Amino acid sequence: MGEFKVHRVRFFNYVPSGIRCVAYNNQSNRLAVSRTDGTVEIYNLSANYFQEKFFPGHESRATEALCWANGQRLFSAGLNGEIIEYDLQALNIKYAMDAFGGPIWSMAASPSGSQLLVGCEDGSVKLFQITPDKIQFERNFDRQKSRILSLSWHPAGTHIAAGSIDYISVFDVKSGSTIHKMLVDRQYMGVSKRKCIIWGVAFLSDGTVISVDSAGKVQFWDSATGTLVKNHLIANTDVQSIAISDQEDSFVVGTAEGTVFHFQLVSVTSNSSEKQWVRTKPFQHHTHDVRAVAHSPIALISGGTDTHLVIRPLMEKVEVKNYDAALRKITFPHRRLVSCAKKKQLLLFQFAHHLELWRLGSTVATGKNGDTLPLSKNADHLLHLKTKGPENIICSCISPCGSWIAYSTASRFFLYRLNYEHDNINLQRVSKMPAFLRSALQILFSEDSTKLFVASNQGSVHVIRLLEGSFKHLHTFQPQSGTVESMCLLAVSPDGNWLAASGTSAGVHVYNVKQLKLHCTVPAYNFPVTALAIAPNTNNLVIAHSDQQVFEYSIPDKQYTQWSRTIQKQGFHHLWLQRDTPITHISFHPKRPMHILLHDAYMFCIIDKSLPLPNDKTLLYNPLPPTNESDIIRRRTAHAFKISKKYKPLLFMDLLDERTLVAVERPLDDIIAQLPPPIKKKKFGT
Amino acid sequence: MAALEEGFTLTAVPLGSGPDGPLGVEQSDKTDQFLVTDSGRTVILYKVSDQKPLGSWSVKQGQIITCPAVCNFQTGEYIVVHDNKVLRIWNNEDVNLDKVFKATLSAEVYRIHSIQGTEPLVLFKEGAIRGLEALLAEPQQKIETVISDEEVIKWTKFFMVFRHPVLIFITEKRGNYFAYVQKFNSRILSKYTLLLGQEEKSVTQSFSTSVHRKFISLMSLSSDGCVYETLIPIHPSDPEKNQRVVRSLLLKSVVSGNARSGIALTILDQDHVAVLGPPLSASKECLSIWNTKFQTLQTSKELPQGTSGQLWCHGENLFMLHGKFLTVIPYKCEVSSLAGALGKLKHSQDPDIHAMTHFVNWETSQGYGLGSQNSEQSKRILRRRKIEVSVQPEVPPSTQLLAAVQKDSEKHIEVELRKFLAVKRTPDFHTIIGDVVIGLLGRYKAEPSFYPRNCLMQLIQTRVLSYSLCPGLMEFALEKTDVQILQLCLQQFPDIPESVTCACLKIFLSIGDDSLQETDINMESVSDYTATIQDGEIEEQTEILQNGFNPEEDNCENCAQELIEKPRAATEESTSCPVTGKRAALLRNAILHSAYSETFLLPHLKDIPAQHITLFLQYLYFLYLKCSENATMTLPGIHPPTLNQIMDWICLLLDANFTVVVMIPEAKRLLLSLYKFVKSQISICSELNKIEVSFRELQKLNQEKTNTELYSIEVLELF
Repeated sequence: MGEFKVHRVRFFNYVPSGIRCVAYNNQSNRLAVSRTDGTVEIYNLSANYFQEKFFPGHESRATEALCWANGQRLFSAGLNGEIIEYDLQALNIKYAMDAFGGPIWSMAASPSGSQLLVGCEDGSVKLFQITPDKIQFERNFDRQKSRILSLSWHPAGTHIAAGSIDYISVFDVKSGSTIHKMLVDRQYMGVSKRKCIIWGVAFLSDGTVISVDSAGKVQFWDSATGTLVKNHLIANTDVQSIAISDQEDSFVVGTAEGTVFHFQLVSVTSNSSEKQWVRTKPFQHHTHDVRAVAHSPIALISGGTDTHLVIRPLMEKVEVKNYDAALRKITFPHRRLVSCAKKKQLLLFQFAHHLELWRLGSTVATGKNGDTLPLSKNADHLLHLKTKGPENIICSCISPCGSWIAYSTASRFFLYRLNYEHDNINLQRVSKMPAFLRSALQILFSEDSTKLFVASNQGSVHVIRLLEGSFKHLHTFQPQSGTVESMCLLAVSPDGNWLAASGTSAGVHVYNVKQLKLHCTVPAYNFPVTALAIAPNTNNLVIAHSDQQVFEYSIPDKQYTQWSRTIQKQGFHHLWLQRDTPITHISFHPKRPMHILLHDAYMFCIIDKSLPLPNDKTLLYNPLPPTNESDIIRRRTAHAFKISKKYKPLLFMDLLDERTLVAVERPLDDIIAQLPPPIKKKKFGT
Repeated sequence: MAALEEGFTLTAVPLGSGPDGPLGVEQSDKTDQFLVTDSGRTVILYKVSDQKPLGSWSVKQGQIITCPAVCNFQTGEYIVVHDNKVLRIWNNEDVNLDKVFKATLSAEVYRIHSIQGTEPLVLFKEGAIRGLEALLAEPQQKIETVISDEEVIKWTKFFMVFRHPVLIFITEKRGNYFAYVQKFNSRILSKYTLLLGQEEKSVTQSFSTSVHRKFISLMSLSSDGCVYETLIPIHPSDPEKNQRVVRSLLLKSVVSGNARSGIALTILDQDHVAVLGPPLSASKECLSIWNTKFQTLQTSKELPQGTSGQLWCHGENLFMLHGKFLTVIPYKCEVSSLAGALGKLKHSQDPDIHAMTHFVNWETSQGYGLGSQNSEQSKRILRRRKIEVSVQPEVPPSTQLLAAVQKDSEKHIEVELRKFLAVKRTPDFHTIIGDVVIGLLGRYKAEPSFYPRNCLMQLIQTRVLSYSLCPGLMEFALEKTDVQILQLCLQQFPDIPESVTCACLKIFLSIGDDSLQETDINMESVSDYTATIQDGEIEEQTEILQNGFNPEEDNCENCAQELIEKPRAATEESTSCPVTGKRAALLRNAILHSAYSETFLLPHLKDIPAQHITLFLQYLYFLYLKCSENATMTLPGIHPPTLNQIMDWICLLLDANFTVVVMIPEAKRLLLSLYKFVKSQISICSELNKIEVSFRELQKLNQEKTNTELYSIEVLELF
């Protein structure tokens, strides 16, 4: 297959933000996750947990609450006092509305989905009416003494429970008045703590209120009488989150020690109708605070400061052994944060608020498999480009020639011209960007760096010609009438004639760049596209989907290629389909047209289309230590998928030239090292 | 004891084969499944344990399979050749042989060979050999002619020798046989001419091979009913030259001498062969297993419906055509033992198995009754020695030797012995040697003036003797206090009883130095280092200090007072060898290496006098000090006793004699210094342990450092 020099890059100092809230939508089986930097991500749990959408964060917008309402409308509220609704089609913020109650700590949508309740810093609980395109303030409930940290509706929509500091209030929705105030014991293991914060409440249809608090308790209250029914002390530290299943037969809580406990309503004795809440299973998948939990019908979902999103299936609910039956831990975004200028050997790293440009080192030595070569020149950090304003960067790109850098935030588009004079870099911003170039979801330069393609969030794709220091708008491919879905992925053919653009659900559109018209649309597939690329010479479009299928579509012929048909007919290897993370990048070998290079976070693979496909009996991953077996045996056992798992977690991998690869790794240990220290737990014997 | 089990018929219907029988039975890649190729058009895959066919493939009408189908173990595909040149490759899923992969070759194929672990080989009728892959890459490639015009390949086999594939094939040209051995690690084709014995005018019918160390043992069954063995070296001295190899008679008259056809031979294991054919000229055909080591018939089974003279052995099954049906007879061969070799006794037998009993007259192996075989056995002379007799009519040296032992002078016995040792070793060599020793000892008992020391030394050095083979020998040497013979025995015998070892030890310790001086003892590097020690005493001392032993520093309790007063004396004592070189050699090279079991040795050790114990302890302590001088904890020399052996002996001696040793004043100092030295060793070890932990941490740090390197360029090869 060949020998490569691999630039193994571990200096991409990317640290994902901690997870603050998760909200599960049963209707669409989607999960919204908000992070401490304000980013909101949407995971499609039906599509192998693919992160299909994201809304960039904002420095001043710390999200404290996230909820789905009225079907598939997503709201968030945060410490800046604003309620935000997201536009899931255009992938931008629909509107932000100030609740005028100071920082908002909690939010809950009514069971009917027509009302929204927020709990504010000043102790007020505000009810909003959800109108088709906005929300409207309706009224305040009785004001409480301190901030409202948690809210829960009674499933009938008649009452609410609100967790504050040291007590839980039960409101009547109609009158807005407090019916009960249930004081929580401050005592913590005999010692009176300063305060007891009610981090979460859940209102059950039988009137039971479950609360979790900073003293490590899970308590069951009777809301009719306002009395404590049952008390579980489950942790020495805060219990920070609670989520209940729709059937109200199980719930999940997360603690600051990183433990997630599962509670289930089980019969006291077998075949008796009397049931009791029992703590059944503890899970320790986190090292830090579990700030948020969610309960999908088949899984417990948790996330916290350690930045992992963990989806732990409930095995008793999983009927068939499929993708959902395994524990999933999602750490890295399912999109590219690295772009590469192959000719200049430059890497552009995208962080939340800045970009870093690095030049790869070089070596003159050669070696055999597994060797680390002595560097004749180390990698250089060339540029640190900070964004202006509080908004996070959505996307960035460096041109293949290395002389252009473009990036976009939610409201501004930036284009820079780079001039290299020996070791100095001259950065020059291209000013006067046209008005339509406000924000981009994806930026792409053509292979010869003369054209810039920008996918805007209105579903249109702009084509811009780049000249020395200036630019010219050539054309805008408008979305087909009726669709407003924005394009998230772009791919351009190396000859510059074809442009492929894909949204999250509809098919891939292929545009003819020369004639500036839509060439064809690849039939839509059930699963979202995770990566796209057009092969040189043949102009075959290779599409990877989140269910790990890979298609090859011939653009000139407007049909799937024979190879693609063959592999669809035979099916992929079961281990290939069981992979955990989506393919995030596809590239091609300049000299070997039969090779496709693709990677996910835990492997990279070169598919050699000329070799036979593996069937389920063959060994898919074959690191094959050099043996003295003859070449013939090797040829016999060879199959099309050449997989290497040496580099992981792999954020980016590309071919720089025929014999050189660049792999950007981000070891988990390095991320953990940058997180705040976890709560120290006494271990026996230490 | 080898046994044939109840056979069963594999095919319910007769094979569509002519009188020639099937072309071949070959193993498939699954255990218990075999490919049977009949000589017509069909290949059938059988599962033997179920006795049923799993698949059947036929070539078109008009085509004929010319080479048995084999399984390519690397891919699980099947390969067959029809019409000599057309190669077909298919697998289990294929139904029609016409539609499977086809390659037409440019030359006629003799056989395809396939065994586990390597690629299949194609042997062409002209003697050329190709790997299947290479052949498939270019099917029409030119195939060279290797063998001469009139040569015809008669038989071929492919096997692995030390993980390297070797192919052997036998050709015939006007009654002459040639063996070609192709080794694939060196790509050398060696040719051997098989020379027949002088009386042979028979046609060789069947061949089989096995590998014994450096030789390929080629066994052939001739039409005269004898099995011959030819040893072909695996690593020929001159591979280019056409070499000649002689074949020797291995088994005589295993089948009837006038059987013209229908006889076959296959090697089952190292000692067993299976032979197919009529045992007597008139009798029905039989399948029999013979033990070649003891030359006995182990078992046999009559096949009344006749066979085709073909026999295949795969795993634990023998395949043959019985009548018109392919029959499988499972067999078992146990490791041949003396008792087993006595053959099968005639007792309750199944009616269809006619077992022939053959008793070996063990008196013959004693060399007494060569001519006294009874009439029943005279027909079937199995012993190789008998064959030797027939080849060269004079009396064999062993007989002469045994006769000489009884009456001749010492000189004459030596001559005879040398003569005997010079000839090729026969399987009963060690028993003869044992007999000779016993004879010598018996004669010594009868006439005490007779002391054949040189003969005994020579006999011991043949390395085939053991204590149990000549029980009187060591007692005799002990009686004579012949330390040289004792040393040799201790070194050579694997099975000396502890009591004898202890008796030897006693003698070694008690024998006077002057009497030692006269004897010639194997010193084996003992002398050179005892000498250096005595020369460089001061140097040695510093070395000990380097290793952490410092008697001055160690504050032992009041008991050490004596030592502190004379530290110099103590070190002197410890660094000089307490015994003379020869005694040291005896102790070191003989006793310390001997095998023993503690429980049996301890009681005998108690019998050794106290001063001898002290001496031995001193010597062991000295060895122990020597051992701990260098980092590897070994003594110099070729076969030095290990530290463990020394320690074990110290412990044993102390265990057995502690109460005695404590009471002896001169042993007290020795014990103290031993104690102090061991103590210091223990503290060194604990310090070393600590250092090891630190080093491990350092190593871990080192690894982490390499892991956390932010940027590197590495080489990656994808396979």
